[in-house]
Amino acid sequence: MIPGDGIGPELMLHVKEVFRQACIPVDFEEVRVSSQLAEDDIQNAIMAIRRNRVALKGNIETNHNLPPSHKSRNNILRTSLDLYANVIHCQSLPRVLTRHRDIDILIVRENTEGEYSSLEHESVSGVVECLKIITKARSLRIADYAFRLAREAGRAKVTAVHKANIMKLGDGLFLQCCREVAGGYPEITFESMIVDNTTMQLVSRPQQFDVMVMPNLYGNIVNNVCAGLVGGPGLVPGANYGRDFAVFETATRNTGKSIAQKNVANPTATLLAACMMLDHLRLHSFATTIRQAVLASLDDEATHTPDIGGQGTTSGAVQSILRHVRTASGWSQCS
Amino acid sequence: MSAISVRAVAGALLRAQGRGAWRTLSASAAPQQTLRSQTEKHEGLFKVTMLPGDGVGPELMHSVKEVFKAAGVPVEFDEHHLSEVQNMASEEKLDEVVDSMKESKVAIIGKIHTPMEYKGELASYDMRLRRKLDLFANVVHVNSLPGFKTRHNNLDLVIIREQTEGEYSSLEHESVKGVIECLKIITRDKSQRIAKFAFDYATKKGRSKVTAVHKANIMKLGDGLFLQCCEEVAELYPKIKFDTMIIDNCCMQLVQNPHQFDVLVMPNLYGNIIDNLAAGLVGGAGVVPGESYSAEYAVFEMGARHPFAQAVGRNIANPTAMLLSAANMLRHLNLEYHSNVISDAVKRVIKVGKVRTRDMGGYSTTSDFIKSVTDNLHPHYGV
Repeated sequence: MIPGDGIGPELMLHVKEVFRQACIPVDFEEVRVSSQLAEDDIQNAIMAIRRNRVALKGNIETNHNLPPSHKSRNNILRTSLDLYANVIHCQSLPRVLTRHRDIDILIVRENTEGEYSSLEHESVSGVVECLKIITKARSLRIADYAFRLAREAGRAKVTAVHKANIMKLGDGLFLQCCREVAGGYPEITFESMIVDNTTMQLVSRPQQFDVMVMPNLYGNIVNNVCAGLVGGPGLVPGANYGRDFAVFETATRNTGKSIAQKNVANPTATLLAACMMLDHLRLHSFATTIRQAVLASLDDEATHTPDIGGQGTTSGAVQSILRHVRTASGWSQCS
Repeated sequence: MSAISVRAVAGALLRAQGRGAWRTLSASAAPQQTLRSQTEKHEGLFKVTMLPGDGVGPELMHSVKEVFKAAGVPVEFDEHHLSEVQNMASEEKLDEVVDSMKESKVAIIGKIHTPMEYKGELASYDMRLRRKLDLFANVVHVNSLPGFKTRHNNLDLVIIREQTEGEYSSLEHESVKGVIECLKIITRDKSQRIAKFAFDYATKKGRSKVTAVHKANIMKLGDGLFLQCCEEVAELYPKIKFDTMIIDNCCMQLVQNPHQFDVLVMPNLYGNIIDNLAAGLVGGAGVVPGESYSAEYAVFEMGARHPFAQAVGRNIANPTAMLLSAANMLRHLNLEYHSNVISDAVKRVIKVGKVRTRDMGGYSTTSDFIKSVTDNLHPHYGV
């Protein structure tokens, strides 16, 4: 468990509390990482994930005033563990008032290359070149992952998001890889859409999308748009899968610094991420219990936190979830 | 010192007189022609380059012409066709357009569609035109139309986008087989230029806040430079508030709470995405006008540039954006009256809500819409 910065630590406390009350057989090894300190921290964390193979993580603040040699900690973690697929599931939640209904989109994002290569240099003074890297191997890998996911989840359509009209070679390669993979899955419809049009379609008719697959930066943007559509960063969980490791976090990876320590953060996303983790660990029954408790407690508008228009507090919401956990399982106390 | 400057002024006066004398001479030589040119001068017939582009572009341009005719707008179009999909693009064509622009300084264009196939040429004609004319600033004013209900109402924000560098550099190469590197270029000069443009725009239009959108947490050098330039420029404009936002968060904020924004300034690709996203918020590509500026030229176009090829010939395209853009063009040409007549007519048609194209939830055709707009051009005549 990596609590991260901002609202991370408090939410992790709540996760632990819920896990304890629900008697879930998971022990957390807590590793603290902060953006201020040296590289050792993050190396420690990576070691811990290598040991445990699964992690639940809050976001680590990236301070962009530090010298350029300082890379984003989150980015280091993802690339060194080769967590290539970022999956978020955007779904409209009951009783959360938003402008669109019935959204149910799976977004698969390439997590390790593209714009996040951290290769930049100043060729002439005042001129900076940033490299965006697209490789065939990784594009094929992510496309295959998306189609496999679509098949497992029984989805009908995969949409590839790109900007191949401008980046004809780079995004063109990505698109071509997606097409190749799509050939292997005849039962799933494949279509492609340019990223700018995608965002417009998302805000006007989001129901048309099913599974989406895209390179790194577009994924970042689309993730945030979708999270916004279903009610905000506090509601949507996300997961990063590699071949060996998995890291679970909130979908939009904000630190929420402004609301830290105020007891108003929405615990839904982090708890749902914890559920995804339990699913990954094949503790399906526990995952279902908590997920249902979280959803059930959203029915009670009194516990809604301010981000979804309520006046409740984090601890209030967690208490309500715990109540639901207890009634659902029928346990009065852990035995 | 003073003697020299006096001489210079005298020289200039002399030259001016000489030109005047030449004009009277030619007038006496060809009286008929001068008469016509004088009436043109009197009415102020403006020449504007028109580039219909692909998809529904030609249909929209036709509607612009119809409405201009009905409103008696003193504008003459110099039409050029440039299209990559219909094999009508070449260097000469591009030069022709640029020459025409040099004369007219103002253009109205549709989207020139860029095919995705790679044919040995990385830069699209659309991009090359922009680069040739150095159209560095793209301005999209996203404004909710009264009477047309969307999910967010009363929106009023301006998106300013750098559109000559960044991700659109068309510099790509395959370093190792199966590995492609795309270069994104950010320069200090251009970043400062767009930042200054944004703050000047905000000052001129009486806006109170400028938000710089970036991804400097990942692209520390490139977007960092952009951000730094914005900060430097912001210091010169103490009356305007300045803040920054990361692109992903900005998208989410736009979807959830777009009213917090005023003027946004950003590099190329982010601008492309935000333009479209914001257009989606107020009703889609068919209703948001846009414009691009360089130091000399002004180009008027749609806010979200799509060819909308599936609607070609079906008479269903929404001409609202193009008409509003044309109205903005007239304002740019100082034809304030005609500009107001047209934009008021379009807004009135939308507010009444009887005639709406399909993308706005109606059943009317493009020609119905145009008819309705032309009927509304002079509503007081009938009263």
